[in-house]
Amino acid sequence: MNEVVTVPEIKNLKDFWVFIRSELKPKGKIFTTFNVISFPIIVLGAFLIVFRLAKGLGAVTNLSQEFPWGIWIGFDVMVGVAFAGGAYILTFVVYILRSEKYHPVVRATVLNGFLAYVFYAGAILLDLGRWWNIVNPILGNKFGVNSVLFLVSWHFLLYMISLFIEFSPTVAEWLGFKRIRKILASLTVGAVIFGIALSTLHQSGLGALFLMAKDKIHPLWYTEFIPVLFFVSSIFAGLSMVIFEGTISHKVFAHQIDHDHHASFDRILTGLGKGCAGALFVYFFMKILILIHGKQWPLLATPMGTWYLIELIGLVLLPCILFLHGVRYQNLVVIRMAAILSMLGIIINRLNYSVIAYKWYVPLSQRYIPSWMEIVITLCILFTEVWVFRWIVNRMPVLRESPEWAMEEKIIKKSVTIRKEAPQWKVSAM
Amino acid sequence: MGIDRRSLLKVLGLGVAGVASGQMATPNLLKAEAVVPLKQFVGVLVDTTRCVGCRSCEAACAEAHHLPSPDTGDESVFEKERQTTVSQLTVVNRYKTDKGEVFVKKQCMHCGQPGCVAACLVKAMEKRKEGPVTWDTNCMGCRYCMPSCPFEIPKFEYQSSNPKIRKCDLCWDRLGKKEKPACVENCPEEALLFGSRKELIEEANRRIYQKPGNYLTHIYGEHEVGGTGYLYLSKVPFEQIGFRTDLGTTPYPEFTKGFLYSVPLVLLLWPAFLIGVNTVTKREQEIRRKGGERE
Repeated sequence: MNEVVTVPEIKNLKDFWVFIRSELKPKGKIFTTFNVISFPIIVLGAFLIVFRLAKGLGAVTNLSQEFPWGIWIGFDVMVGVAFAGGAYILTFVVYILRSEKYHPVVRATVLNGFLAYVFYAGAILLDLGRWWNIVNPILGNKFGVNSVLFLVSWHFLLYMISLFIEFSPTVAEWLGFKRIRKILASLTVGAVIFGIALSTLHQSGLGALFLMAKDKIHPLWYTEFIPVLFFVSSIFAGLSMVIFEGTISHKVFAHQIDHDHHASFDRILTGLGKGCAGALFVYFFMKILILIHGKQWPLLATPMGTWYLIELIGLVLLPCILFLHGVRYQNLVVIRMAAILSMLGIIINRLNYSVIAYKWYVPLSQRYIPSWMEIVITLCILFTEVWVFRWIVNRMPVLRESPEWAMEEKIIKKSVTIRKEAPQWKVSAM
Repeated sequence: MGIDRRSLLKVLGLGVAGVASGQMATPNLLKAEAVVPLKQFVGVLVDTTRCVGCRSCEAACAEAHHLPSPDTGDESVFEKERQTTVSQLTVVNRYKTDKGEVFVKKQCMHCGQPGCVAACLVKAMEKRKEGPVTWDTNCMGCRYCMPSCPFEIPKFEYQSSNPKIRKCDLCWDRLGKKEKPACVENCPEEALLFGSRKELIEEANRRIYQKPGNYLTHIYGEHEVGGTGYLYLSKVPFEQIGFRTDLGTTPYPEFTKGFLYSVPLVLLLWPAFLIGVNTVTKREQEIRRKGGERE
């Protein structure tokens, strides 16, 4: 069931608009289960967003003077950015280490990362009380260069640009811009290198935001190494997301994916699982070292200590073991389970820093619990992202092969390398 | 340590180049905020042994900041410990201690090196060289100052669509007119004393030495979080009158310093390393391709 992809002939602006308009029309069935559930939530969320902008944060959120950051920061931004970490890791593996094995998933991952940043930057906009001032860290004449958030905001912006450059050849292929595609493709490696440096810093930077909340975060979680922990955990968070998203994409967009790719996907998942196991082990080891050096063991016997152990054993060590098991026995079900567990671990971990272990001494009645409106808006952002992702995947060569004109060069190269080198690169690819 | 357009352009250019970004971060980031000598700037000494809980300071503060004036006759407010709010920038609390009732005024401490100022990415929160920590409208409303304040002072107007961060500004406007802060001016018991931090510490020590039985030999704020503009004297241990005594003496901006130090290093070394790896893998790929062609 191969779709016929029309190559647009865009010669002038009018052609361009005609093409865009034809592409804007929905493809595929409209009344799917997912659409029926997500559409009302998106509409409701949009109303609530207008309401929030008109009436202020207090009208929609349960934020308080005690808990200034809720799930829009703790979940949307902190977790969203960690899950988007797959993009910098896979681009590193594919474009820097030049491992061909992971090439089939790299475009979807970069797209996913890019959209995550765009939409979670959107979430920041909603959370900013004075959102019209969002340009102030970039433009203007007052820069808080001592602020971790200054660094994070610049890195978000620059990284979004890097991700867009990394993804742009796909857009050019969709539009049939041959010359432009060539230019954009030549920028990829530069954007990747820059993007990795940016990711390292802002993934850890998100953790560094909590360094000045020293007196407010439970001592089992507070450590001067929070930035390092955030960085390392973004590795398995990102890779687990690639496993999760890839698994779903391969079911939903199955008709777009050619035979070879389908066949290689299992090997890709195993490889990603191996990476996850490694990163989880390093993370676990660091957590243990920090626990020992912090001399906080007596706190393990408290209720917060139990919560800490649930996170550390159940959502770090357990997925690590499951990944190892899944890789060892080629069991993809176990790998997928492990990915979900480690993603859950990231959600719990980020929420601990921003909401749960944050001011753990405040009694439950005065604690922050998200309002239904905050949750609906979060879901609205999430579903809108999925809709945009689907729109792009259905139109641009993200999962399907690039158009022939873009492949020509590649195919010639590939046919030579693969035929002669097959046994060799099997060993050398991770 | 402002940043002008030219140096911004330089920063941008280098930043995008990715390699020379070390320079972007080094000179500015590593300079500690608030380089005002700690002893010079102005502050307020609060002598809790003198305060009678009349709440004149609350009323004066409300008037000076055009906020709804509190009912100072209402004694019931003392039943629960109060925090400052968006419309009450200072509040007086009553504590029952083993040495009787103690009234304590609460407001922004005006730290020497404030966490909120280091947190602010647009310098809306600013440590004036005269002492006060003030807020300005270029604020984004990100509320990063709130978790970064050891005393949980910045308050955000959640109910407004044009919200401000509200906190004591040590009557910045009045200081400009060479007037004392409103609360100090209106304290009938002289429990509040306005002056340079140096003078205040000397005065506090003098009181402690003159009446050793009447005071603890501890000035709260002399060393806490690196030193604050507001200083407190008390006859009972400070933890009994609502103060956190576990905050340490490290200025809060220090906690993020290590991370900020690593930024130029990472921006410099990471890309260099990655370019190196890229060169190696590229060569390998070419050798492989050539080998394939030869056969």
